[in-house]
Amino acid sequence: MSVTTPSETVALATPDDPATAPASGRRPRRGLIRGILGNRKAAFGAAVLLLFGVVALAAPLLAPGNPSLITAIASQPPSLEHLFGTTAKGQDILALTMHGARTSLLVGFVVGAAATLVGLLVGVASAYFGWVIDDLLSLVTNVFLLIPGLPLLVILAAFLPPGIGTVVVVLIITGWAGSARVLRSQALSIRSKDFVAAAVVTGEHPLRIMFREILPNMASIVMSTFLACVIFGIGAQAGLEFLGLGDASVVSWGTNLYWASNDGALFTGAWWAFVPSGLCIALVAFALAMVNYAVDEVTNPRLRTTKKGRTRA
Amino acid sequence: MSTTPILEVTNLRVEYHGANRQVVAVNDVSFSIGEGEIFGLAGESGCGKSTVANAIMRLLKDPAEITGGQIRFKGRDLLALRGEELRRFRWKEIAMIFQSAMNSLNPVMTIGSQMVDIFTTHEGLSVKQARSRSAELLRLVSIDPVRLDSYPHQLSGGMRQRAVIAMALALEPSLLIMDEPTTALDVVVQQEIMAQISDLQRQLGFSVLFITHDMSLMVELSHRMAVMHSGRLVEMADAELMFDSPLHPYTLSLMNAFPPLTGPRVRLTGLSDSVRAADGSAGSCSFHVSCPPDLANCSGNIPDLREVAPGRFVAEHPRTSIEGTAA
Amino acid sequence: MRFIVRRLAFYLLAFWVSITLNFLLPRFMPGDPVTRMFAQAANKMQPHQIEQLRQLFGLDERPIWQQYLSYVQNIFTGQMGVSISRFPTPVSEVIGSQIGWTLLLGGTALVIAVVIGNLLGILAAWRRGGVLDSVFPPILVFVGSFPYFWLAMAALYLFGVVLGWFPIRHAFDAGMTPELSWTFLSSIATHLFLPALTIVLVSIGGWMLGMRNTMIATTAEDYILMAEAKGLTNNRIMFRYAARNAMLPSVTAFGMSFGFIVGGALLTEVVFAYPGVGYQLLAAVQGLDYPLMQGIFLTITAAVLVANFLVDIVYVRLDPRVRVS
Repeated sequence: MSVTTPSETVALATPDDPATAPASGRRPRRGLIRGILGNRKAAFGAAVLLLFGVVALAAPLLAPGNPSLITAIASQPPSLEHLFGTTAKGQDILALTMHGARTSLLVGFVVGAAATLVGLLVGVASAYFGWVIDDLLSLVTNVFLLIPGLPLLVILAAFLPPGIGTVVVVLIITGWAGSARVLRSQALSIRSKDFVAAAVVTGEHPLRIMFREILPNMASIVMSTFLACVIFGIGAQAGLEFLGLGDASVVSWGTNLYWASNDGALFTGAWWAFVPSGLCIALVAFALAMVNYAVDEVTNPRLRTTKKGRTRA
Repeated sequence: MSTTPILEVTNLRVEYHGANRQVVAVNDVSFSIGEGEIFGLAGESGCGKSTVANAIMRLLKDPAEITGGQIRFKGRDLLALRGEELRRFRWKEIAMIFQSAMNSLNPVMTIGSQMVDIFTTHEGLSVKQARSRSAELLRLVSIDPVRLDSYPHQLSGGMRQRAVIAMALALEPSLLIMDEPTTALDVVVQQEIMAQISDLQRQLGFSVLFITHDMSLMVELSHRMAVMHSGRLVEMADAELMFDSPLHPYTLSLMNAFPPLTGPRVRLTGLSDSVRAADGSAGSCSFHVSCPPDLANCSGNIPDLREVAPGRFVAEHPRTSIEGTAA
Repeated sequence: MRFIVRRLAFYLLAFWVSITLNFLLPRFMPGDPVTRMFAQAANKMQPHQIEQLRQLFGLDERPIWQQYLSYVQNIFTGQMGVSISRFPTPVSEVIGSQIGWTLLLGGTALVIAVVIGNLLGILAAWRRGGVLDSVFPPILVFVGSFPYFWLAMAALYLFGVVLGWFPIRHAFDAGMTPELSWTFLSSIATHLFLPALTIVLVSIGGWMLGMRNTMIATTAEDYILMAEAKGLTNNRIMFRYAARNAMLPSVTAFGMSFGFIVGGALLTEVVFAYPGVGYQLLAAVQGLDYPLMQGIFLTITAAVLVANFLVDIVYVRLDPRVRVS
């Protein structure tokens, strides 16, 4: 699991009042995207993500064949023939890492999108309807937030049939609550704005208000929630698989680490067996976090680091 | 009024550095305040009057910067104060009452400890001594000293503002800056507070820089006053005199923004929402939009103050005729 | 007071949800896992132990509501069945013998990370654009991007295996008997160092940035300006006025992120073979030890809920506005 969990981004994404972002009224998109494109952190993050995306897509071309097949002498350190070395079984680690990117990124982004979507539906419904529905949904959200994630993941994954599908479902179940909480508070502050009240008075359909009036004003917060959820998805998947709760036959960064640890890479000195996958997870998570901070800085100028130094006399 | 100036502001200029543009918030402003004098500074929101106050307290920080002029207090150059010197100077010589007492009190500290730390920091008193001094101060503004142990949210709005006044008087400063001290309060409480300040001022004899947009309140309290617009002073004179016969059209419209309670009904003339084009770089007068139509000949920037009668200053173009210079 | 009662009710509700989830999972999931477990373990169990486990996992014939009532009763009396992987020790005993190590590791790491992280955040916000504000955050975010368990592996490999500076497994040297002696305590400390360090490194960035951002929002408040006008010393403004207020959201985040940090600590234990419940959890997963898995889940949930409740009590002490309402 990595540091930027969905619930922690509460503090990161909305440091003061959730009203900062929509304060600019109803001109959400263009400024946001242009601001992000001009940001150095975002550019770095996007470049890294793009690189990983290309490698993941092109993995069958770059490293043809099944990466799990034993093709070489076991436990070889990096060499020209095997750039990342080989595992204790004799698999090529570069191939495992590239193919691992496919599963890890897929699971990460699917979990991120789904958890954000669930969180968004719950959050916006909660904020729009208020009263009993809000109380109820908030209660469920908070209970899910409170129950410690990893042990819950473990018992859920242990009882469900093993496989990537299970991992995805389990991660969505444990990951949506964080985004729901952030999105609800944001939606709530927009709900209280006059233009929403005006839409209600003119008799617009609730769904239309939710999707046409409230949602467009939440673009930046939805984006940063999504990024945080992807980070959570990739990290938590790796954690689950490391414990042996994934499908050990699927190649992903998490299972690579699981096998490295099981084969005693730490004690045989085979650092090359566990470094690449871990570094990849960290790089992707870091890149996502950078894009996330860029979104934050663009929507909340106060957080920008001013070059001019000291605040105080 | 006494004529020894205690505070002299000369040609003060404050700029805000934005990402792509500079805004001149205070432009070449000069005035002085005598010992024991209450000096009013009026103007609409955003005209730069609070920036003047913060500049005197040296509280401006990035992106605001004092780029010109002088501020002298009892002959000392305030802009030269640094670090520890500045810290000791603040509150001891000049204290300040901020706009909203709710926001200017630390919500998680008791009133008492927020008063005590003034004494412990500046005078090195023990907490016990400081507490008894604080209790006295609260009595001075007619608050029961048991309130020392209350938190700000437990007091009413008026009480909070009086507590802030008590804090401001803690070190018996020679100058008290009040930045819209009663804006957040209802009219009745407002009157009480103003009466109290006026009493205390007579008792203790400190000078006051009183900032507000409420002209009638200001006239009631101040001896002399100045009107500020777009970072410039447009008129400065004896308070009564200015109120009776304002010379600058802006002063007039500002006064008319508050309808009188008695007398015949007159149509209100509002203040136009002029975009401040800083130093006039936009090519048009930053003031002309606020002028009544008969002064259409006014163009260019707001001119410097000119003494048109003893103690009476107005920012006027030579062409503008001044009627009723009844001094 | 009402605040506390309401929070307490909420935690009880959350705990009830966890128990119910625990009850429902084996009953509504496809029966295989539990059947597999019985196939594997039944031959070594006594009849009454089998009966107890059958009841816990819903393989008896009683109506579901009766099962539920007796299940809840069992949980509250600490009867969570026997562990399969550590047969025949009861689950509660297995957990009881290990929870202490988890609390030691998790608690130490958490306190260090929170204190240092928040201090760094306060200082970074106070000197915007200074070294602390521009150099530390990217580094810490990068370090924080590693999975807990991976950083643990790297630290173990580098400092334990290659350099040999620190022991690589367990909580104290083999052959030592727990006692209150200097050698034993120092053995505990050296074993604690690396696992705690990795948890601190991964989690500290989140604290620092969270605190930095709330602190920046706080320094824009009027009461900071007034404190400055009052001529208070820099330190007093920074801590008593700014940080004291910025701390409040941080305290709430503290409670909320507790569950995540526990998760990280569990995985770290696995890497270091640290004898806490996390390491046991791995053994339970590998040994299809469902009673133990469920027991660990409930215990950790309970611990997190209790911790959150303590945080609430602290919060009430810290924020006078909650105290009255």
